[in-house]
Amino acid sequence: MNRPANRPPRSRRAFVLAAAGSIGACYAAAIGYPLYRYLASPVEKAAAAGAVTEVTLADAHKLPLGAVLMFRFGSKPGLLIHHRDDTWVAMDAVCTHLGCTVQYQPDRDRVYCACHGGVYDARTGANVGGPPPRPLRLFKVSVGPAAVVISRA
Amino acid sequence: MKWLKSTLWPWLDERLGLEDLIAFAGKKTVPVHRHSFWYYWGGLSLFFFVVQAFTGVLLLLYFRPGPEAYESVRQITYDINFGWLVRSVHSWAANLMIAAVFIHMFSVFFMKAYRRPREFGWWSGMGLLMVAMVFGFSGYLLPMNELAFFATKVGLEIPAAVPGIGPALADLVRGGPEVNEYTVQRFFALHVVVLPALFLPLLGLHLWLVQKFGNALPPNEETQSPASRRSIPFFPDFLEKDLAMWLIALNVIALLAALFPWDLGQPADPLKPAPSDIHPEWYFMSSFQVLKLFGRVFSGKLAILGEFLGIGLFTLGLVLWMLIPLYDTASPAGRRARRTTYFGLIALALLVITTLWGYAALN
Repeated sequence: MNRPANRPPRSRRAFVLAAAGSIGACYAAAIGYPLYRYLASPVEKAAAAGAVTEVTLADAHKLPLGAVLMFRFGSKPGLLIHHRDDTWVAMDAVCTHLGCTVQYQPDRDRVYCACHGGVYDARTGANVGGPPPRPLRLFKVSVGPAAVVISRA
Repeated sequence: MKWLKSTLWPWLDERLGLEDLIAFAGKKTVPVHRHSFWYYWGGLSLFFFVVQAFTGVLLLLYFRPGPEAYESVRQITYDINFGWLVRSVHSWAANLMIAAVFIHMFSVFFMKAYRRPREFGWWSGMGLLMVAMVFGFSGYLLPMNELAFFATKVGLEIPAAVPGIGPALADLVRGGPEVNEYTVQRFFALHVVVLPALFLPLLGLHLWLVQKFGNALPPNEETQSPASRRSIPFFPDFLEKDLAMWLIALNVIALLAALFPWDLGQPADPLKPAPSDIHPEWYFMSSFQVLKLFGRVFSGKLAILGEFLGIGLFTLGLVLWMLIPLYDTASPAGRRARRTTYFGLIALALLVITTLWGYAALN
């Protein structure tokens, strides 16, 4: 016992440091995990709400020719167009450029984004002008006697 | 590393006076004696306050004051992940904070730590206690449940008893003749903006004074020869012990919050009669019981007088309590010092007895 009295051996010091570090990590996790889940609650709820595969739009079959209906598919907007030739097209309404909500312009028969002038084809969703990098995704539309059912194609 | 020390540090120090700050922080020592245990309670109160600020901001993310108050607290408790835990921690730590502050106050009183030059430490501390109690009173209403509704109704009878302007004052505080959604909105503004704005500078002053004058010696230590007194530096030695106490406090909060989650209760309904076990938070129980007792003695036409006397008595006690540093100024063994100690013992005994009496009278 010729070690200085208040100097524990190196291995014991290392053990104490490691133990204190692990306990500290446990506390950080025990506080951090509930904190993260608490803050993320609305995100989780939106994800659950966005997990729909089909929406039913009651009375949408009465939509006049050349008119458009905005609808909510999960947490995001979509648009349903009743073309003048009586065909139905539904597509995402979120611009693939920077996420603004697009609009159908019946007079020019195109889908237009007012934020940066993106233009999409109103039948195929193809990006035909302006900055959008990708087309708008189409939905499957089935027109029934009392409603229009929109589903992921 | 060398650049930090030779260039950056002097640059910052010249502009921010960091060396002075470090010297100020390093100067304080904490006496070591057999009553040193009581030195932890101020730090514990501070820790509970930090927990309150932290969980308070978290609750702020989902709480909606006004007509939706109860529904939003219901969502926090049942829909939001771990919302029950955050709310439970906020409620438990609030009560533990008031308890720690009371212990801190009485230990300061009996150790006579309010004497020259620490009078403003005592006064700022009393100010913090009063703001903390208004924090508790305003926070209690926010879930707008049955118990909160009636506790607030009864509590607001106290400002209403102020002669002359009382009723108008109570109406203003309530935002109407009855506790309603405007009351929640007002108490919310008070609880999250006005009270923190009062509390934080007062807390800053309190902590600065503690740092400046250090911990006081109790009278029985003062009589020892200076050579036989022991002390440790605050930084880092006492702070390490403080941190250990905080860790214990954190565990206590976690256990209480997880094992006894705070009740939500029924939504407030102005048409429903008060529940039979209606009572305020424990730290208002003493004044609640005293008012009840006075109400029993002075009934009928004298009821207003009884209420006025009860509130007057409490106010008088509080004023005397605050003026103690101006009365007990002499040597530790003097007559005034002994009288002050008796006064403290009587005040403590009255508080404990009326509180227990209040709880016993509930059943």
